[in-house]
Amino acid sequence: MNHAYPARERWRRFKNRFILAAITVLALIPALPLFLILFQLFHKGISSLSLDFFIHLPAPPGESGGGIANAIVGTFIIVGLATLIGVPISILAGIYLSEYGKDTKFAEAVRVCADVLQGVPSIVIGIVAYAWVVRPMGHFSALSGSVALALMMIPVVVRTTEEVLRLVPDILREASLALGVPYWRTVLKVVLPTGMVGVTTGILIAVARIAGETAPLLFTAFGNQFMTLNPLEPMNALPLVIFNYATSPYEDWWQQAWGASIVLVLMVLGLNILSRLLARRIAGER
Amino acid sequence: MKIKNPIFTTEDLCAYYGDFMAIKHVTVKIPEKQVTAVMGPSGCGKTTFIRCLNRLHELTPGARITGKIFLRDQDILQMDPIIVRRKVGMVFQRPNPFPTMTIYENVLAGYKLLGIRLPKKEADRIVEEALKKAALWDEVKDVLHRRGTFLSGGQQQRLCIARALAVKPEVLLMDEPTSALDPKATLQIENLIVELKQTVTIIIVTHNMPQAGRISDYTAFFYLGELIEFGPTAEVFTNPKDPRTEEYLTGKFS
Ligand SMILES: Nc1ncnc2c1ncn2[C@@H]1O[C@H](COP(=O)(O)OP(=O)(O)O)[C@@H](O)[C@H]1O
Ligand SMILES: [Mg+2]
Repeated sequence: MNHAYPARERWRRFKNRFILAAITVLALIPALPLFLILFQLFHKGISSLSLDFFIHLPAPPGESGGGIANAIVGTFIIVGLATLIGVPISILAGIYLSEYGKDTKFAEAVRVCADVLQGVPSIVIGIVAYAWVVRPMGHFSALSGSVALALMMIPVVVRTTEEVLRLVPDILREASLALGVPYWRTVLKVVLPTGMVGVTTGILIAVARIAGETAPLLFTAFGNQFMTLNPLEPMNALPLVIFNYATSPYEDWWQQAWGASIVLVLMVLGLNILSRLLARRIAGER
Repeated sequence: MKIKNPIFTTEDLCAYYGDFMAIKHVTVKIPEKQVTAVMGPSGCGKTTFIRCLNRLHELTPGARITGKIFLRDQDILQMDPIIVRRKVGMVFQRPNPFPTMTIYENVLAGYKLLGIRLPKKEADRIVEEALKKAALWDEVKDVLHRRGTFLSGGQQQRLCIARALAVKPEVLLMDEPTSALDPKATLQIENLIVELKQTVTIIIVTHNMPQAGRISDYTAFFYLGELIEFGPTAEVFTNPKDPRTEEYLTGKFS
């Protein structure tokens, strides 16, 4: 049959190959921007990466040199504090939805709220944190930035926690209950540990998403030229350095903004890779 | 028929899922330190019946129980379900060791999950004793600190038996414990059950007639939620009183 219509057969094969090639090229499109971004970043910013860049404080405006040590430390503190605030609340809410609320109207309402909160623009979250924390305190602070970022983390972690815990097989819950273990202990000691790797993956993804957020920090953490470890003071962070330096009139600072971008992107990339490795571990255990 | 030392006595026991009555007016006495097989066609209520006996049934949303269930002379429906479940252990159809725990921790789960701390010596002793009773000790004594989920299916099921035995229950409920296992593992568990009845009463759901014949002393036969036959296994098998039992035993339906 193949030889009956050689011309038509050849044309069919040509079409197949052509379409496959076209699809492959199209599939590259989402990957391309990432490589362009990385190329651009390293091209522009690699020259500012030196040991000094990591361990020195910013130089006064107009002077050359200096580093972003305070912003790196600040990002760790602000994001860490946001995680401390957001994660316990989120895990408890996720446990509630998966193990207690289930299909009740109230649980459904909580889910809808979480989804809506996830869609609120980050600048609005920043304004809310400003009104809730900055105004009552009377000044900018790292803490207010952490509150803003925590609000952005919560919906992500709540929903992943719920989904992961729902995947824990009921026969494990029953095994525990049949041993005379109360339900709440079963949830804390069997269900949660069984889903812990998945929950951790969710937390890492959420942290990666908030670590680069700029808008919620503009009028909360605000920025600071000096090193501070006190969360009640204004604090510098990598996104703020990038924003402030890139919009400054100093060429030296533009350069450093590129350097800070590299640091930030690599941090986020690292978190993403870590969460993928964990997710793969879960898949392997099944 | 007279049962002298019943460990369980049910009186007019009915179990529901919402409006659906899955167990209908069951009155029975289950003898102590014997193996009682619960048999009957699929969907006749075998699982539901044994889940009433450790009050796992009521965890299903919408499920409830009426009538009485006595464990010796205590009405378990009036007791704290947690206490009932300490006295009445359960082994499930599919082996379900806790995947986050080692073999050692799995055996002690009945203590650990309740926050009961045992001195190391005591813990070691309980683990060894339970694993020996479950005929698993020789196979795992050198890998106690590996995950229970690394074991074969039959070993996992014996680990679950050890976990249930470790809290020293008076009764062990088993819901088709060998239906997911190969013939060799099945045989090991059958031998184990015969050993265990020295110390614990066993109520085992099984689909497998030869198995019930080999291991059980008494047989309860359910049909559409009713208990239609109860007596010594030999009698039920050779001389059933109810024609439906006979039909089942001769393989007319299953
Ligand atoms: N969770 C449930 N909700 C509603 N009906 C159920 C549920 N579990 C079992 N049933 C019904 O109860 C009856 C008895 O089921 P089951 O005890 O599992 O039977 P068996 O173990 O003998 O196969 C069946 O008709 C089944 O459909
Ligand atoms: Mg069943």
